[in-house]
Amino acid sequence: MNGKRMLVVAAGGTLGLLAVVLVAMGNPANMGYCVACFLRDITGGLGLHRAAPVQYIRPEIIGLVLGAFISAQVTKEFRAIGGSSSFTRFVLGFLAMIGMLVFLGCPVRAVLRLAGGDLNAGVGLLGLAAGVAVGVQFLKSGFSLGRAVPQQKGNGYIFTGLMVVLLLLLLVRPSFIFFSASGPGSMHAPVWAALGAGLVIGVLAQRSRLCMVGGIRDFIMFRDAHLLYGFVAIFVVALVGNLVVGTFKIGFAGQPVAHTDGLWNFLGMALAGWAAVLLGGCPLRQLVAAAEGNTDSALTIMGIILGAAVAHNFGLAGSPTGVPAGGQIAVILGLIVVFIIACANRPAAVKRGVSIGKGS
Amino acid sequence: MEREVDARGLLCPEPVLLTKQALDALGAGTVKVLVSNAAARENVSRLAESRGWQVEVREQGEEFLLVLTKK
Repeated sequence: MNGKRMLVVAAGGTLGLLAVVLVAMGNPANMGYCVACFLRDITGGLGLHRAAPVQYIRPEIIGLVLGAFISAQVTKEFRAIGGSSSFTRFVLGFLAMIGMLVFLGCPVRAVLRLAGGDLNAGVGLLGLAAGVAVGVQFLKSGFSLGRAVPQQKGNGYIFTGLMVVLLLLLLVRPSFIFFSASGPGSMHAPVWAALGAGLVIGVLAQRSRLCMVGGIRDFIMFRDAHLLYGFVAIFVVALVGNLVVGTFKIGFAGQPVAHTDGLWNFLGMALAGWAAVLLGGCPLRQLVAAAEGNTDSALTIMGIILGAAVAHNFGLAGSPTGVPAGGQIAVILGLIVVFIIACANRPAAVKRGVSIGKGS
Repeated sequence: MEREVDARGLLCPEPVLLTKQALDALGAGTVKVLVSNAAARENVSRLAESRGWQVEVREQGEEFLLVLTKK
């Protein structure tokens, strides 16, 4: 096993371990680490949606971004870039979030749920793979969102600066910030443990480029399983951890923060996978790229946050009782919009390494 | 035979896809790939090495020139 492979396995294994530890320290079950859920909680904490059970400024996200930012600075990989179909990326982030909140989790949490014995997550992962497979066909036939170009360095710092502001809001707790009194938002590990875990995962994710959607994509496109090793590591370590702690419970019914509606678990994650593969990576990777100075990825995260606000303000999100009709309609509409975006952006603006209209 | 691929500003998998097209078209020779982020540098290198091409990485300011050769 070479160094890079070990790094991605170490990143995945550490994430799996810390996820089990964070649940033991107070996070909701099978939600030791979930980029979609935590961004939804932050959206609620800022009052952008008013679903009382899911409001908290999650330090795991802040830590992840700060860790990736520090790592990118140390390795001199920080680049302020942007301008690759920025608003289209915002829309794709929005749609991916609708799908993830119908399923109740991002690709990372899907793996963690499965490692906790939640078989509904298996259905979701099949949907994710299906969505990625469809997106890969568009990539193969020339889909591209175009080139990003270098920007003034300051542009790349804004997103990480925003995380520092969130950290201050979490620590100062001004009265306009919402913290859930009950429900998943009220369940959390101590701030410093969550922040520390986020920092460690941020550094490792930046170094290893860990990405679930990228893993499935590379395997389908190039038979390259490199990134998938990271997710196998998350699964194995979290599974062993859950068995040791006694939190493993296999089945479909009665799983924590999950529902048993297979069709919508599948389609929700298919929407997320398709949108994410067009974006070039799952929400975790978008956070890391934003910390590395990619302002398109920063805007994608803003789209995800708007998605969380809309999903909860208009009652689209799934819950343990199932997926509301509005959420089902939103997923179908989302799939249609992703299809249109996928068609509209091919053939590529970039062909054989030469940009149309630029001649570079 | 020599070919150049400009994959600057592109996120994966596009740099890998463009490189793969060039490698497949050429079969052997030299392919120069210009990328602007470290993830693309690694992914393109991994693809080339897995197909038996030798990879040489040259830093050019904020960018990387990957020289892929196969005899």
